[in-house]
Amino acid sequence: MKLLTGNDLKTGFVTWWTGADWSLHIEDAADVGEAGEAILAAEEGARRVNAPYIINGEQTADGPRPAHIKDRIRALGPTVRPDLTLKPADPAAGDWVI
Amino acid sequence: MYKYDEYDHAMVDARVAEFSDQVRRRLAGEITEDQFKPLRLMNGLYLQLHAYMLRVAVPYGTLDSRQMRMLAHIARKYDRDYGHFTTRQNIQYNWIKLEDAPAILEDLASVEMHAIQTSGNCIRNISSDQWAGAAADEITDPRPWAELLRQWSSFHPEFSYLPRKFKIAVIAADEDRAAMRLHDIGIQIVEKDGQHGAAFYVGGGMGRTPMIAPLIKDFVPLDDMLSYAEACLRVYNRYGRRDNIYKARIKILIHELGADEYRRQVEEEFKHVKSLGIDPPKAEFDRIAAQFAPPPLDASAPDAIDRSDPDFAVWVDQNVAAHKAPGHAIVNISLKPIGGIPGDASSAQIDLMADLAEKYSHDELRVTHAQNIVLPHVRKADLYAVWQALDAAGLATPNLDLISDIIACPGLDYCSLANARSIPVAQKIATRFSDLGRQKELGELKLKISGCINACGHHHAGHIGILGVDRKGTENYQLSLGGSGAEDVSLGTITGPGFDEDGVVDAIERVTDKYLAERTEGERFVDTFRRVGMAPFKEAIYG
Amino acid sequence: MVEHIHSDGEEPAVTLDAFLSQSNATAVRLEPDEDARALIPHLDRLALIEVAFPKFRDGRGYSSARILREAGYAGELRAQGDVLVDQIAYMKRCGFDTFAPEKALNPADVEAALARWPEHYQGAADGAVPIWKLRHG
Repeated sequence: MKLLTGNDLKTGFVTWWTGADWSLHIEDAADVGEAGEAILAAEEGARRVNAPYIINGEQTADGPRPAHIKDRIRALGPTVRPDLTLKPADPAAGDWVI
Repeated sequence: MYKYDEYDHAMVDARVAEFSDQVRRRLAGEITEDQFKPLRLMNGLYLQLHAYMLRVAVPYGTLDSRQMRMLAHIARKYDRDYGHFTTRQNIQYNWIKLEDAPAILEDLASVEMHAIQTSGNCIRNISSDQWAGAAADEITDPRPWAELLRQWSSFHPEFSYLPRKFKIAVIAADEDRAAMRLHDIGIQIVEKDGQHGAAFYVGGGMGRTPMIAPLIKDFVPLDDMLSYAEACLRVYNRYGRRDNIYKARIKILIHELGADEYRRQVEEEFKHVKSLGIDPPKAEFDRIAAQFAPPPLDASAPDAIDRSDPDFAVWVDQNVAAHKAPGHAIVNISLKPIGGIPGDASSAQIDLMADLAEKYSHDELRVTHAQNIVLPHVRKADLYAVWQALDAAGLATPNLDLISDIIACPGLDYCSLANARSIPVAQKIATRFSDLGRQKELGELKLKISGCINACGHHHAGHIGILGVDRKGTENYQLSLGGSGAEDVSLGTITGPGFDEDGVVDAIERVTDKYLAERTEGERFVDTFRRVGMAPFKEAIYG
Repeated sequence: MVEHIHSDGEEPAVTLDAFLSQSNATAVRLEPDEDARALIPHLDRLALIEVAFPKFRDGRGYSSARILREAGYAGELRAQGDVLVDQIAYMKRCGFDTFAPEKALNPADVEAALARWPEHYQGAADGAVPIWKLRHG
């Protein structure tokens, strides 16, 4: 699957394209198929996202999983500070990254 | 310490106003990210993996307690309650909002700080010896020279769109504590005929193509220093490569021209530049130098240290260094607790270090390129009180320059350029070698980890260096041995095929075991490596 | 005074090679990789030197401008190309006095940018008195 990701212009937070909007949670990310470039151009032009790009991923039981570790770390947060990730209560959340 | 006058204040205030306007135009869509990026970078603002990252300049690594407290305040108010001290003696915040950046820069300006030129293809923050003004072996305090360079390089109209970034370090001792020859320009203040002058080493650097800077000029008088620097930069700005970002640093230009031809071009340009009158008079140097006058140290401070507390004695032996004044010492605060994140400090820890500086160190702190903090002027009689306070805050790890005093870049946990994580590797190594007796048995052993080829973790200069790479989507770690960023500067050699995270920890243990087996009396790890070469280590690692 | 529009009737700037091989041109265009010092013997008959900025990140033109001013060139020195509002204050300090940006600049932004800096730390080609000189008279 193809996923769109970028950062929020004002806050810098990592965001994922849901098909209609941008979410902080990769679980909400939608497969954009071949439409990525067009969506990015429109969304970046409207400043709803900053520095966006298209990545490969796969759909899993836990939701979309980016193909590259860098984007998995972006999706979760720093592996060395579980308390600062999006899943601070889940001690095993870091395993998903590796 | 240097104090801003009305001009310095006005310049930094103007910069805050300028950047606030640029942020406004970016948020309003008047400029694109492509146009905004170099502007935000010249104000230290990156877009990293999780958010914007702000890198605040700590000129030549020197801070007072008021400034240190402001760093804690920013961590608390705008970030997530911590900061990361870097290998360029700066501090980075990892969770900054673009819309907050102007307010943060205003807060910094209120304590004579800024984020000017901490990124971008310009002259970066000047680094220096963290023991400047206190070291027993310096011939003078290098910081007035660094401050002259700071002002000259700030908002330099000709050198703000260089081919690539440009880093300058200034030292004034034969012992190099600033990795001087691994900078674009490394300056050592030297003495000739009773006068101090600047020896210029140009074209060093780490990164993809590490190089040790050759000596370009052995003695540049103070009166000529800025003209000479201007000539060095102008030749680079005109002829440095712009066709390939990986070949754009000055080291490549000098390597391709040869040091002799580069020197010839600089000398010719210098003759011309010197006629322009851009060097300030001695009075300006004296004005600056007066502000770096030694603090009023207690001349009757006792020299004895009560070592009856064994834990304290261990810390004194490892983390306290000789001061030039009797009865005083230099305290090195390790930001490398076993299993911790190298260089990170919480707001509370930053505040505590500020308090200790105010109470015990004539209001001064330093940031080191090894990501530690220094209290430069502590009475020996106060060491025990300082240690107790540090120990209570988790800041008394007695591991300075030992294997667990690891330099590590933020790596793939934070950095958008990284190919692999650095911090978890540092944590595993420190944990493996956590036994202090074992660490002390290994002696001085500088271990440095970078998460990508850009080498922010100085891996080329590590006695043991680790470079994280991306091998088909998996983190992989290359090991190198025999580097040094000190006065015995050298570049490490790669051992062979890389390892996974646990594998590299095992490999290091085989390397250190081999060192213990091979060393002769008094040899540090790097000395043994230089004597016996790579072969025995390679065999120990790979069989 | 900074002008942002160049007049229609002026002589077109010729390339450096063309200028050096013909004696009557009074306007020349300098590309980033061309040596500004090649013009030094001819400065007295030049009315316009146009320095090209194909990309704003390419800063060679700043050195070209200073070299020309340092050599005594007193004619029009124009920055042409990818000239953005956030660069023009530095350009002016390096000796440019006119700007021909590919994309029109907002005049209010230009005015703000040029008025931004109260003083300057270092001497350059604009005649501004550096801060160290203000400090010591």
